[in-house]
Amino acid sequence: MTAATHPLAPALLAGFHRRKLQAIALPALVMLYLCYAFFAFDIPSLFAKARLDNAAILASDFWSYKTHVTRDNRTGRVFAAVEGEAKGAYPAGTFPDWVSQTGATTTIDLGTGHVVTYDATGARFAVPGYGTIDIRPDGAGLKLTAPEPLPDWINASGNRVSVTTDAGRFTYTRSKVETFRYFAGWELFFFTLDSPFAGKGWGELAALALWGDRIDPARSNIAGMAHDIWTNGMWHHADVAGAIFETVLMAFLGTFGGAIIALPLAFAAARNMNPLAPARFALRRVFDFTRGVDGLIWTIILSRAFGPGPMTGALAILITDAGAFGKSFSEALENIDEKQLEGIRSTGANALQRARFGVIPQITPVLLSQTLYSLESNTRSATVIGAIVGGGIGLLLTQAIQTQKDWEEVAYYITLIILMVMTMDSLSGWLRRKLIKGA
Amino acid sequence: MVDIAFGPTPGKRPDPKAPGAAYLAMTRRKRLYGGLILVVFLAMLASGFHAAETRNAGGFLSGLAQLDDFPREVLAEAWTKRANLPALMWAALPSLIETVNIAAVSTLIGVLAASLLSLLATRGLARWPLLTPVIRRLLDAMRAIPEVVIALILIYILGGGPIPAMVAIAIHTTGAMGKLFSEVAENADLKPVEGLASVGATWGQRMWLGILPQVAPNWFSYALLRFEINVRASAILGFVGAGGIGYDLKIAMQWGGGRYDSVVAIFLVLFATIVLIDQLSDRLRHRLVKGAAQ
Repeated sequence: MTAATHPLAPALLAGFHRRKLQAIALPALVMLYLCYAFFAFDIPSLFAKARLDNAAILASDFWSYKTHVTRDNRTGRVFAAVEGEAKGAYPAGTFPDWVSQTGATTTIDLGTGHVVTYDATGARFAVPGYGTIDIRPDGAGLKLTAPEPLPDWINASGNRVSVTTDAGRFTYTRSKVETFRYFAGWELFFFTLDSPFAGKGWGELAALALWGDRIDPARSNIAGMAHDIWTNGMWHHADVAGAIFETVLMAFLGTFGGAIIALPLAFAAARNMNPLAPARFALRRVFDFTRGVDGLIWTIILSRAFGPGPMTGALAILITDAGAFGKSFSEALENIDEKQLEGIRSTGANALQRARFGVIPQITPVLLSQTLYSLESNTRSATVIGAIVGGGIGLLLTQAIQTQKDWEEVAYYITLIILMVMTMDSLSGWLRRKLIKGA
Repeated sequence: MVDIAFGPTPGKRPDPKAPGAAYLAMTRRKRLYGGLILVVFLAMLASGFHAAETRNAGGFLSGLAQLDDFPREVLAEAWTKRANLPALMWAALPSLIETVNIAAVSTLIGVLAASLLSLLATRGLARWPLLTPVIRRLLDAMRAIPEVVIALILIYILGGGPIPAMVAIAIHTTGAMGKLFSEVAENADLKPVEGLASVGATWGQRMWLGILPQVAPNWFSYALLRFEINVRASAILGFVGAGGIGYDLKIAMQWGGGRYDSVVAIFLVLFATIVLIDQLSDRLRHRLVKGAAQ
């Protein structure tokens, strides 16, 4: 009774009502916008376009590799190669231990009872729980004999039969017959097959490195291992290390170069340091311009002038960051404590001395923390800029993705990029704590 | 006791006759160290620049001379065809809207996901305290993956278009915002939460009614800042093949001479949009921090 007639009650209730409406309206607006976006982005047709087979290849390649055992049906030559690449080929006449050859017959044991046999008449694939798939050339086509009805994991047309099982894949065409066996891990990550250290276990390698006889009398085993890993032709460890170095270099040069250039400009753009209003205004607009134009456009313009490479990327980061730092540094300068400056001025110091002893000590922590903070985010930008400008790990990554073949390399690069960014993150955090709190 | 504390031999003790000497010595030493660090740092910078230059296709000085060649060529052509510009700018509008939409949707989704994850990752507020370290590492990982990586992989699976860019930016936004949001939420007053808990509110109600009103201004301000960043990011991702105005710009650039007028038109609308969004969000954030009254 009293509450309803209280003079404040109508205003309060109206306030509640408004807030209640707001609390409902805001999520409703968000939902409405997301609905609009759902159709603007054409999500319904997305699922039709999506290449799930690509996703499957990608997912399996990320953590496994395959070894091809191939017979050329015209010459009868049988050879094995990791991922079918020349760099991963087994020397002629040698095979992994799950492949055996006697005369014209090659037996490939895919494990769990799956056995593929190549012989003079054709090829056979024994699948446990199903039966034997027998394929022979027949005139211009292939003759397939297998228990009927054919399951959907056997795909047979006139001149091509492919069988996909959990143990491996098998393809027979007129010209060649191929069997793929999958293994977990990344193939030949440390040593390619032409290295004497390939295929040895950790214990064996450690023994060789520490007290084993020299495999190559000209160099110690440890040096040989390091050399073979470094020059690995499948993974290009040396190139990848160089690319990571380039990316970090871009971020480092861009960030600190930008900060060094921005510092004097920030003094000229701060209200309490520079009495000339038009100069301040002009500088601010310059900062706005370099910031607003965006790293992308600087990257394009600069790569036309300087060509592709890490310096171009570094300069693109530098220009964008100089604008951003100029703005934030000048704001930091305007917020300093004037008392210290007054104290220095009272001793008769000139402008440079006032800046050195009155201003720099105050703003150094702010400056350092901003600079170090952007070092980490610039490492990420350097990856993207590298992809556009052609340098660093970003370039390797885009190339590996565009070839659409070596997904294990993509996984490797992604891992390295994440590790790189995390390392830079903790490095910048460590430096910030060390330099700012320790001072 | 006193003798032992000071030691039997006279060590380095402040000389009572010259009280400033120790201070000056310390300052000198500090300055020496600071100078040394500066010299090492500058040497690193110089050698790094040298290394970058040798790995670059073109040198610095030769490039500097032709720095304005390309912009001049573009601007000259655009100037002769300046009559086309308004029409071209109008034509660039749909892809501009797509770029902004990518940024807006990814910011929205990222912020929504980050709100939830950050509350779950904040000590004292988490629904499942045991999971907080897990969620923190998850946020770290989401932050560490550059957008371009996710975008390129999704382009391979889903084909070009706005979705890969949107997902990529949303994931990164979730990671970046989650950390900031959780730092804000850590400083929130827990009394409203306790009050709500005492009347039997569920975890969702406690967060919605007890924490959100406290953190909303700060979170909103971070989200706006992120939106600015995401507009740029979505323009850049267009350049590697994910729809929007970046893609148009890339196509126009690849065409080379003859279509520089559309390069300029796209550049102008992009620049204007970025500046406009920066200004708007600056105003809004100012109002949020200083309060609506001022």
